[in-house]
Amino acid sequence: MQEREAWRLSGSVALRPEPFGALAYDFHTRRLSFLKTPRLVDVVRRLGDSNDVGTALTAAEVPDAERPSYLAALTTLASGGLLEER
Amino acid sequence: MTLVPARPATRPERPSTGPLIDQFEFGLDAPICLTWELTYACNLACVHCLSSSGRRDPRELTTEECKALIDEFERMQIFYVNIGGGEPTVRPDFWELLDYAVEHHVGVKFSTNGFRITPERAEQLAATDYVDVQVSLDGATPEVNDPIRGLGTYDAAMRAMANLQAAGMTDFKLSVVCTRHNIGQLDEFKAIADRYGAQLRLTRLRPSGRGADVWQDLHPLPEQQRELYDWLVANGDRVLTGDSFFHLSAYGEALPGLNLCGAGRVVCLVDPVGDVYACPFAIHDQFLAGNVRSPGGFDEVWKHSALFEDLRSPQTGGACTQCSAFDACRGGCMAAKFFTGLPLDGPDPECVKGNSAAALAGERVLPGSSQDHSHAGPVRNQPVPLTLLTRRPDQPVARPVSACDASPVAGLSAGPSADRPG
Repeated sequence: MQEREAWRLSGSVALRPEPFGALAYDFHTRRLSFLKTPRLVDVVRRLGDSNDVGTALTAAEVPDAERPSYLAALTTLASGGLLEER
Repeated sequence: MTLVPARPATRPERPSTGPLIDQFEFGLDAPICLTWELTYACNLACVHCLSSSGRRDPRELTTEECKALIDEFERMQIFYVNIGGGEPTVRPDFWELLDYAVEHHVGVKFSTNGFRITPERAEQLAATDYVDVQVSLDGATPEVNDPIRGLGTYDAAMRAMANLQAAGMTDFKLSVVCTRHNIGQLDEFKAIADRYGAQLRLTRLRPSGRGADVWQDLHPLPEQQRELYDWLVANGDRVLTGDSFFHLSAYGEALPGLNLCGAGRVVCLVDPVGDVYACPFAIHDQFLAGNVRSPGGFDEVWKHSALFEDLRSPQTGGACTQCSAFDACRGGCMAAKFFTGLPLDGPDPECVKGNSAAALAGERVLPGSSQDHSHAGPVRNQPVPLTLLTRRPDQPVARPVSACDASPVAGLSAGPSADRPG
């Protein structure tokens, strides 16, 4: 995933906040995933309303040094179908 | 006996980062795996039934109460529930409740013996992604299955799976409770699942409900436990287990899934009358957290019951914490220990290190069941257990000394009676 791309949470996926982050459940595939930090949840929630991924990372105040690892986490979520490109 | 394993005197703080398993020990805002036994009524009388089902409880939640509970699950974002029983399809409003749950974004996986999964029902089930079906089968042949589940139950399960497959349903579950009679059939179970486009699910035999009566005779033997573990390591990525074999992780490599007792932390059970228990294998007053009919409903019980709060911290004491395998198996299954009369902070009755052998051989007080909905009289398809021992196997058989000598006391020597049940 690149910072200039535009993504959003897939329509069949719901997020449930938890102390460690959130559960993500895909009603179509019946697969449960875990977002392991509250900030990652924040980024994911902002994706749909941001111009691109980079804007969402900035808005969620992801430190510059951590941006690559957040992009990697988002890539993993996308490969599992939890995120969709728009 | 203390109710829960030893915990620190002051409640430790939830870690802010770290592995998910450490987070799960402190509980979640809502369960991940909620089992809802919809009715105690059942058309069968399986010998190992976890919930001692058979007869409907007259206090069963009404249709409206069930719908209100589904509304609450939706508010709590409990994304799916595992519906069981009894046989859930026996409830006349089962299909109505299934539709209601789907409309309210609560997915359903339900367990069934398959008798009522007709071609028409199979079509209905295949039409939505929100519903999954789990067909129970405890032997890969009728000879192994029917003595556990009842005459004709093997054929009924096969028919149900054929109907689901014909309706286009894929990846439904074939669910097997592992016993010493079917551990040798794991490859055959896999072949059956593959044949119907189903996914195999293997779970552990628990000494809960009527299972307490047969556990001693049916639980896998030590060498079979190893066989099961090796099979799961080789096939685990394609087989579901409900994470029920974490006690086997003490053999070495951890099995896939949650290697932790989730009771009251990420798991719970709602029974047909609305009682909330710590887990599906712990239907006993000792593990009763509250009732959904009480003020605050299920949400209140889940978040604030004294029992669940007590269960939501790491175990710090007990014999198991000294064991080199504790990080792998975390002491095993709480319900299995409880119903075999073992201390909850000690080893699992099927501890693969053999650490429970002495306790199992010693004096134990079995807690028994605190409720029983078993059929009072004979049931159609009544299972006939494989072996009805009327003597200890290590005692000599009293045989007639000759074909003509049929006297009932012939050949018997004086001394301890040899015909007591073993």
